[in-house]
Amino acid sequence: MHNSFTIFLKDIRQELRSKAALNSILLFAIVTLTAISFSIGSFALNTDILAAMLWIIILFSALSGFSHVFLKEEESRTADTLKLIASPNDIFWGKLLFNLVLLLLVLFIIVPLFIAVFNFDVKNPGMFIITIALGAIGLSAGGTIVAAIIAKASSRGALFSVLAFPILLPVIILGITITRIAFKKTEIVLFIPEIQALAAYCVIVVTAAALLFEYIWND
Amino acid sequence: MKFSVQGISKSFNFREVLKDISFSVPAGKSLALTGHNGSGKTTLLRILCNLLRADAGKMVFEKHGNEIKPVHFKNHFSLVGPYLQLYDELTAFENLEFLARLKNIEDTDNKIYEIINMTGLKGRAHDFVKTYSSGMKQRLKYAFALLSEPDILFLDEPTSNLDKQGIEVVYNIMEEQKAKKILIFATNDESDLKFADGIISVNA
Amino acid sequence: MNSKLINYSWQFGLFILLSLVIIGTYFYAPLAKGLGEYTRVMYFHVPAAWVTVVAFFMGAFYSFMYLRKRDLLFDFYAEAASQLGIIFCILATITGALWAKESWGAYWNWDPRQTSIFILLLIYGAYFSLRSAIEQNETKARLSAVYSLLAFITVPFFIFIIPRIYESLHPDPLVNTEGKLKMNAKMLTVFLSSLGGFTIVFFWLMHLKKTFIQLSIKLQKLTDQEN
Repeated sequence: MHNSFTIFLKDIRQELRSKAALNSILLFAIVTLTAISFSIGSFALNTDILAAMLWIIILFSALSGFSHVFLKEEESRTADTLKLIASPNDIFWGKLLFNLVLLLLVLFIIVPLFIAVFNFDVKNPGMFIITIALGAIGLSAGGTIVAAIIAKASSRGALFSVLAFPILLPVIILGITITRIAFKKTEIVLFIPEIQALAAYCVIVVTAAALLFEYIWND
Repeated sequence: MKFSVQGISKSFNFREVLKDISFSVPAGKSLALTGHNGSGKTTLLRILCNLLRADAGKMVFEKHGNEIKPVHFKNHFSLVGPYLQLYDELTAFENLEFLARLKNIEDTDNKIYEIINMTGLKGRAHDFVKTYSSGMKQRLKYAFALLSEPDILFLDEPTSNLDKQGIEVVYNIMEEQKAKKILIFATNDESDLKFADGIISVNA
Repeated sequence: MNSKLINYSWQFGLFILLSLVIIGTYFYAPLAKGLGEYTRVMYFHVPAAWVTVVAFFMGAFYSFMYLRKRDLLFDFYAEAASQLGIIFCILATITGALWAKESWGAYWNWDPRQTSIFILLLIYGAYFSLRSAIEQNETKARLSAVYSLLAFITVPFFIFIIPRIYESLHPDPLVNTEGKLKMNAKMLTVFLSSLGGFTIVFFWLMHLKKTFIQLSIKLQKLTDQEN
């Protein structure tokens, strides 16, 4: 645990200096948000469509930034150095934590901005925040493990989205469903089964990713 | 302390690169691996450091009568090679500090400055690695490898990229490592071979 | 000559079985009440979908075996199962779309079943693009095995979550919600024969592919020895 945190801090320090991942993920989110808002103009959208739009922005912003964590190690040829000094387990948790913090940071900016731009009320903000947080965990877990696979392949560009999409789709589907409810209703009973499904996805994918990572990382 | 290897083989795409490599090195000795480019020296070094999985064979590292498993090799081995880079966005000091934290090395600061002075990088400890020349990067890699005081030091092309003084520094390191512990290096440079107690020619 | 005939006799049996299925589909099985001729596609569509699922499971199984044993043979088996899987997946998708056009008026309308089969197609597509992006055999085997297992873990989620979100108009193939059989005995005979026939065809193709893989590896080793 201590070692994962050391790796996480190393990545944060690198990120603060290069800002490569943060720039791409934040700018992507803002550009997409602007594009949607601009093309819709002054039409008021109903909240069902807004919920879907929000999750599409979240998914593609996450996909644009997640692959950095392993790609930068492979491209700067530091992957073997890291492999020699840390265990796969520590590396996986460190990288997962980094991607999660990165995504949460971007969500912290983009979600309030989204609500402000489209000018609507969230009926159950508590459930909405829980959904976003759980969604972030699921996306980071699935995204991190696919990023590790991609970093070892030769043509990476479009491959990351192609591989990550089927794995992350349950988060998107559940995220949209719960968000739709949260935009319209307050009764907590309505949320419970969906939140349970999302939490179950998070647990399963985090566990599977942690178990499988070693097979990707070790040649 | 003893490192023995038996029957290491490795194929890529069904092409056999290493075939039945065996040797044994006790403490205070060194071993050189030679062979033309593409002969599999680097592949062998990577297998020995547990960076790559061999198709067959056994590696045993014995220390104070205890057998240490390949999974734990990284606590005892260090490798310097052209394919192992350090973090460009970090300073030399931060790179070494990162390693020290992962390896739980105590009295970090003093040890880091000591090793930086020893490799001739005095005064550049807080510069970013990306501002280093390739020779200085090479020196820093040695500092990185030695900070954890490895039982076995693996070197791939130890003197490439280095000027005269650099080679001097590396030769001192090799001398010292071999006197106390185990040194294994791959080279094609005749003058490096004076440090070898044994030579294995890797030619598939 | 005689022994050769005996060796191939079960293939003749399979040929006759599937011929009977085709004939039975059109001339033996009656139409369900109130439904049109187009429902006969069921006798091919459901078995194709079933075989897709079997192939997907086998691919995941061989991937798991590869990670355990690190023998490239298992990776080639996993690839072979996925190649067959994608063929049956496409067949199931097309027959389903044809049926949907006649029954619901559109080839595609994101019915849960259509969504699920589409996700399987996406996974297969991703699996093969990953394989083609890696040169080195062992790395390719390792990474595609991990991906295949990862997909295998997420797929059950779709089965649970998608029907909750969109209500399906898709008929239940065998048993309806009250647990009663919708098909009469004649329909059931043709349906089960087709299901069995498709399954045998799949395992036969799989067996041929495995034999071919084993021979190619032998050949590769022999040519390597000569060089």
